Amino acid sequence: MQAGSGKGDVQMKTHAIKLLKRLAAAVLFAPVLAMASTAMHLDKAPVSTDQQKLQRGAELFIKYCLNCHSASMVRYSELKKLGFDEKKITEELIYSGGKIGDLMTIAMTRDDAEAWFGTAPPDLSLMARAKGSEFGSGADYLYTYLRGFYKDENRPTGWNNKVFDNVGMPHALWDLQGEQPAEKYDEDVADLVSFMVWMGEPDSGSRKKIGIFVIIFLAGFYVLTHKLGKTYWKNTH
Amino acid sequence: MAANSSFQKYQSDGSRLGNLLEWFDARFPLTSMWKTHMSEYYAPKNFNFWYFFGVISLLVLVIQFVTGIFLVMHYKPDGTLNASGIPIAFASVEYIMRDVPGGWLIRYMHSTGASAFFIAIYLHMFRGMLYGSYRKPRELIWVTGVVIFLCLMAIAFMGYLLPWGQMSYWGAQVIINLFSAIPLVGEGLSTLIRGDFVVSDATLNRFFAFHVCAVPLVLLGLVVMHVLALHEVGSNNPDGVEIKKFKDEKGIPLDSVPFHPQYTIGHDLPACVIFLILFFGVAFFLPEMGGYFLEYNNFLPADPMKTPAHLAPVWYFTPFYSMLRAMVWNFFWIDAKFWGVVSMGGGVVILAFLPWLDRSPAKSIRYRGPIFKTLLTIFVIGFVILGYLGTKAPGYYFFGYTPSEGFNPLNILLSGDIHTRLFTFYYFLFFLTMPYWSKIDKCKPVPERVTSK
Repeated sequence: MQAGSGKGDVQMKTHAIKLLKRLAAAVLFAPVLAMASTAMHLDKAPVSTDQQKLQRGAELFIKYCLNCHSASMVRYSELKKLGFDEKKITEELIYSGGKIGDLMTIAMTRDDAEAWFGTAPPDLSLMARAKGSEFGSGADYLYTYLRGFYKDENRPTGWNNKVFDNVGMPHALWDLQGEQPAEKYDEDVADLVSFMVWMGEPDSGSRKKIGIFVIIFLAGFYVLTHKLGKTYWKNTH
Repeated sequence: MAANSSFQKYQSDGSRLGNLLEWFDARFPLTSMWKTHMSEYYAPKNFNFWYFFGVISLLVLVIQFVTGIFLVMHYKPDGTLNASGIPIAFASVEYIMRDVPGGWLIRYMHSTGASAFFIAIYLHMFRGMLYGSYRKPRELIWVTGVVIFLCLMAIAFMGYLLPWGQMSYWGAQVIINLFSAIPLVGEGLSTLIRGDFVVSDATLNRFFAFHVCAVPLVLLGLVVMHVLALHEVGSNNPDGVEIKKFKDEKGIPLDSVPFHPQYTIGHDLPACVIFLILFFGVAFFLPEMGGYFLEYNNFLPADPMKTPAHLAPVWYFTPFYSMLRAMVWNFFWIDAKFWGVVSMGGGVVILAFLPWLDRSPAKSIRYRGPIFKTLLTIFVIGFVILGYLGTKAPGYYFFGYTPSEGFNPLNILLSGDIHTRLFTFYYFLFFLTMPYWSKIDKCKPVPERVTSK
């Protein structure tokens, strides 16, 4: 390269600089571009662990969702963990006339559901965990989805959805949305989604509590084993 | 009673327990085994951080066995649907999570353990590469290790089908389908593996049998062989020198310490506790690990009629999955899919040849030359990038770049597909050219005895 003509060198250099600039620009701005082009935009769900809100969510879920969707991996008795007493659950929350130890199943058969909706409504026990993606948590998805219904004459149900194009499900919460201001509806959906997150793993609260004790115990145990271990190496050089 | 070993038999001190022990030891090589493998197994005194991962792998193996046994008590390998349309296998996993007391912990320990196993094994293998632990006379330790790694991949793959979620189902479908690319016998082979023409209840049941019985048995045997081979020739060390060259009057290597208690309690026990802190940190607080340890889509029950939009194996398979996807050319008129399988399988098998590919005069990276250090660094970076790209869909671009029309160097520079091919090529080139570059590399003089501590 040393013997090369000056002009060629300069040209190559500017070329290289241009390339570098482009690269730097790509690295800096690419994430922004990517979000604009391919990403599904999801609103952040205000997930709560407040018992009052979870109770409200449970009531909404049972009233609006548990007719077509099952939550067949959850038992009604689990609801006691949300502060409901047994009487309230059996008298007010179990519509099917079942027992408190029953699973939250529905009366509609799979074949009927398929005939009526084209596809059987999925079980919702784990939906909040299943819908997580690189775009947001499962709760974010559900929160955006349930607030994303709009009227569409071309759909058999008359409804379409912002995040789930040509969705088979009609807007089951439309009367809930219709009878109150938007902020109040958002709050209801937030409660409902919070309940669905809880339902995805009812023991997650105690999991974290036990976890803290286990880690503290192990940390203490480490100090002991570390000190003990050191004594074995005292006389080795 | 004639003793079969050079170790003296246990002699009772007259106590009841002592008498029992003497009786037992006369009929079983208890003392001699304890001494050979623990209290009189002399290990180099200069082990460092990298030497934790063998013991940690063993600890994870125990965790997987114990938690696995408890899971089998409640899990049902049944692909048929219950009244709510949920496959019974899937529902039984949730039954463990919700109704079995402590079941969630057992399940999370097992799922976290799967990932932990691979983290430990990858680091353990990397240690071998750093210090040349596979070199003569330790070839068999390395080869059994590679077979253990293969077994682990098999056991993880089959275990992943058992929760019978969408990713379980379609992951198995895709991987088993690969075998059909093998000319002539492929179709029959993949049908034999599935026991059906698609992944079904039959597949679930045979994978269950392999996951909980057949492969663990093989694995256990191989681990015993791995450790016996190690104790036969003795451990390598960060200096890559043979400590047996210099012994004291009793025949004990000068640069050694007894494995027990100095390493077991003095070195490995605290390390295992640190590992457990990290392990339980994940199991209790991040069991999904952002979708890497438990994939989101696997919380949906398997549905043979619905293919997920994006399929990715669990993280520990992704480097090799990338090697599979790197092959896009139909060499010799055979489908590229077949070459993908060859590349993926070859990526694991080639590791077994490492002891004979490396011709460097020095074993340890401490005394090896700049060629090795440079090539190994690129190798590690490449392997990690292959792993990352394996989680992405084909046609991925780094930093979310969208390819522009016409010629643009960025279209190549940021293309995931190009990097997949490049680093797969590099992976094989690294091994295949090793006999050449390892020989000409400028090594530093290797000391006679270990240096640190």
